Amino acid sequence: MTDTPQAVEVNCETGEVTTRPLTADEIAAQAVAAQAAADQAAAQEAEAAKVAADKAAAQAKLAAIGLTADEIAALSK
Amino acid sequence: MANTYVLISSQVLASSAASVTFSSIPATYTDLVLRCSARMDPAGAFANLYIRFNSDTATNYSDAYLSTGNGTTGNSGRDTSATLGYLGLTDANSATANTFGNFELYIPNYTASANKPYSSITSLENNTATQGYANAAIAGLWRNTAAITSITMTSDASQSFVQYSTFYLYGISNA
Repeated sequence: MTDTPQAVEVNCETGEVTTRPLTADEIAAQAVAAQAAADQAAAQEAEAAKVAADKAAAQAKLAAIGLTADEIAALSK
Repeated sequence: MANTYVLISSQVLASSAASVTFSSIPATYTDLVLRCSARMDPAGAFANLYIRFNSDTATNYSDAYLSTGNGTTGNSGRDTSATLGYLGLTDANSATANTFGNFELYIPNYTASANKPYSSITSLENNTATQGYANAAIAGLWRNTAAITSITMTSDASQSFVQYSTFYLYGISNA
């Protein structure tokens, strides 16, 4: 067993299948993609949280000026 | 109109692998189709899938994606100068045991002397209450004018496809 990630390569001309460790460039590209995915996920979560907070604040303000819960709900339909 | 679907090569993993590559792809077809059933081994209910053409690890990939997310809130986004092309999502460790995600990648005119667009559809049902990612559609571009001679499927970190993940590469001719 090895800790080095393994790559499987299938040669479409010969049918030969080889297994080798990932190269440093391949590992680096994966790391860049992982960071980009994590950054995007964090940004999307932050945006979703802000939308939820803004919505709650708006509903509270509407309630404060006398709208009923049904009237507030109707505004977002 | 495409009228043929020829199996170029296939691979069923006998043991886990971090990437799977089809190399020496013949230039005798018009389009390529890659169909896969895959599961990966990181923690979590799903993992991101990526593609690399001709071993290119430079920032030549871009994409736009649309996902159904957790079934309640969808999400979308794009990558403009990525080192891998985004393919979508597949099942991972905390998904229901033995569930695999499916995806299909379509690459038209893979030998043309122009940048290479591709499209990908992924579907998975991992039967978990909070992370049941189900569908993703991706429009991608590899900004390179070389004919595609190799395709690598991989993930975004030190993750591996599990045993029995399957990969089928087809060629399509228009004559």
